[in-house]
Amino acid sequence: MINLTIDNQKIKVPEGTTILEAAKQAGIDIPTLCFLKEINEVGDCRMCIVEVEGRRGFATSCIQTVEEGMVVHTHTQNVLEARHVILDLIISNHAKDCLTCTRSGNCELQMLATKFNVLNVEFPGEMTKHKVDDLSPSIVRDFNKCILCRRCVAACKNVQHIGAIDVINRGFESCISTVGDCSLNNVNCTFCGQCIEACPTGALHEKESINDVWAKLKDPDTYVVVQTAPAVRVALGEEFQMPIGTNVAGKMVTALKRLGFDKVFDTNTGADFTIMEEANEFVKRFKKNDNLPMMTSCCPAWVKYIESYEPDLLPHLSSCKSPHQMFGALIKSYYANKMGINPEKIYTVSVMPCIAKKFERQRPEMQNDGLWDVDNVITTRELSRMIKQANIEFTKLEDSEFDAPMGEATGAGAIFGTTGGVMEAALRTAQDTLTGKSLDKIEFEQVRGGKGIKKATIEIAGKPIKVVAASGLSNARKILDEIKSGKADYQFVEIMACPGGCIMGGGQPIKSSKIRSEVDVRKLRADSIYSIDEKSTIRKSHENPVLKKIYEEYLEEPGSYRAEKLLHTNYRKREKYNLDR
Amino acid sequence: MQEDKFLKKLCDIYKPEKDNLIQMLNEVQEHYGYIPQEAQKVLSEFLSIPMAEIYGVVTFYSRFTLKPKGKYSISVCLGTACFVKGSQKIMDRLTERLCIQPGETTKDGKFSIDQTRCVGACGLAPVFTVNGEVYGKATVKKLDEVLDKLMEE
Repeated sequence: MINLTIDNQKIKVPEGTTILEAAKQAGIDIPTLCFLKEINEVGDCRMCIVEVEGRRGFATSCIQTVEEGMVVHTHTQNVLEARHVILDLIISNHAKDCLTCTRSGNCELQMLATKFNVLNVEFPGEMTKHKVDDLSPSIVRDFNKCILCRRCVAACKNVQHIGAIDVINRGFESCISTVGDCSLNNVNCTFCGQCIEACPTGALHEKESINDVWAKLKDPDTYVVVQTAPAVRVALGEEFQMPIGTNVAGKMVTALKRLGFDKVFDTNTGADFTIMEEANEFVKRFKKNDNLPMMTSCCPAWVKYIESYEPDLLPHLSSCKSPHQMFGALIKSYYANKMGINPEKIYTVSVMPCIAKKFERQRPEMQNDGLWDVDNVITTRELSRMIKQANIEFTKLEDSEFDAPMGEATGAGAIFGTTGGVMEAALRTAQDTLTGKSLDKIEFEQVRGGKGIKKATIEIAGKPIKVVAASGLSNARKILDEIKSGKADYQFVEIMACPGGCIMGGGQPIKSSKIRSEVDVRKLRADSIYSIDEKSTIRKSHENPVLKKIYEEYLEEPGSYRAEKLLHTNYRKREKYNLDR
Repeated sequence: MQEDKFLKKLCDIYKPEKDNLIQMLNEVQEHYGYIPQEAQKVLSEFLSIPMAEIYGVVTFYSRFTLKPKGKYSISVCLGTACFVKGSQKIMDRLTERLCIQPGETTKDGKFSIDQTRCVGACGLAPVFTVNGEVYGKATVKKLDEVLDKLMEE
């Protein structure tokens, strides 16, 4: 252990601790800006400078490790003045249009400006000008608001191993951009949105589409149906200052009804359909040893990744559409039919923790008889804005239930929102299908938890089945490399592009660097998801009575002609870069 | 097609290691007179480096260019010593006569202009260079003479 003094407090911390971390343990909150725990620890912005006795200049506390007997001061006159100048310089080249910025109120730069009482622009010099890139279906880049902290670059390049964006040019002209300075739409971006989650300012945000939803809600001729993904309910409350991971499913349903949606359905039910189809597909492939390992296809960022990076491995991908696409297709076919509503009058909205879903819903394959399965995708953040705009006091809402008949879901559908969840849900159904019995074993601890790669061997009907669940595209890459080199002996692979799964998706409430340093956001949200599963009376997808009914009345059986037509899709090779503009 | 051959050969000579990026870019710049997008794509695949990162490197170092340089690449030093000795006047004259801005190439591909920082010849300030050859104690008149001669060719 190392002994040191920070702001006159004597503390003891393990060797290798940074001054920033040590200060945190002493209850001292040194301001940071470019720092993002375990993702971007580079000491770039110098916001976190401190004075160390006996040393010239300032130490950058986010990268400087502690030394025995060190005496640190975090707010001497020198530090305060220097920090102020650093902040003034950053602000000098930042578009200061906070009133019209989506991150106003949740901007780390704004918070620092408030903390240090920045009352005027000290250096009103020339500013760099960038055009806004809003050509992609998912992400808007406004680099007039960029402060060059490089957190997005680290998330894209180091965490996801994509590197769609990087620092280009030098000096005053430096900016974060793509190859050839073209739109994200034309490069290898998978639209996972981890860059948005990493951005401290409003330089990156989702392509908002709530105005279209509002318009449809106000149109008496349109039957607007909404569905919400499993991960949304454990994060939405955070936008209303509720504790991280609070399950607000009941309040969310009430709010959606108040917003004027004609029906509020649960994507978890859609997930149960996905499991039926996917488990059925897996059992078939497993028996014939056909294109194993089978890989899940629920995550649109992952699908885009494999389409552009490893198109030769596409036959391994399950042909299942993702849950919300399946569900949209069923709403416009089975449900419309049953209720006697013209499907052309139905407008389906998906509330998703994800921005890649905005891309997915526009894929030409995602329509049936000329109608889109899903007409609009909004993120958890966008839903919170709608609720606020409708003057709803979210925290005071009573709970309501999802609408019948497509609101009944199992615990298996609920856990879709976290890494390992799709695998676990599929295993519950696959083991019953393969053994022909209803087994009591429901929980598969081996595929739970926050590790990026989780391997397990599960014995079903006397046969060992090797499975792996990976989250984060750099981990997906490792699995693909194993498959390519012939080292992989898995039969079933689950991939989610975002580290931790959908609960940590690019459409979820953005957590500041400070919160991400102090709290395990993933665990809190995941625990909440597993507790929904635990409390469910039905925990296996194939036992969902709604699903049984729809198969009986309409789809016949998994993999039937109609199921194939509505619930399955195909993939194609994509170029990583389309630079011939 | 000839371009493909060069890039293929380049990938044969070098090992697919990230550290080789700058060296390979040097060769590309030398061969083509600029870094074509196709070359960035080939190097990206070969070295497993995202194109954005390669583009970042190309735009960081002034020795790499994204557009073909002219037959005569003229650089004017705007570093401190040259600047106080009036090199801006030389730059102004050059852009006026060639009708292009720094970083651009004339339509006939004959001339390109760049601004550089110190070329290590402050004693001769102000200086400009033509294809690396240094012209010291430069004046607008001296520049005109050099340009006249090159234009006649």
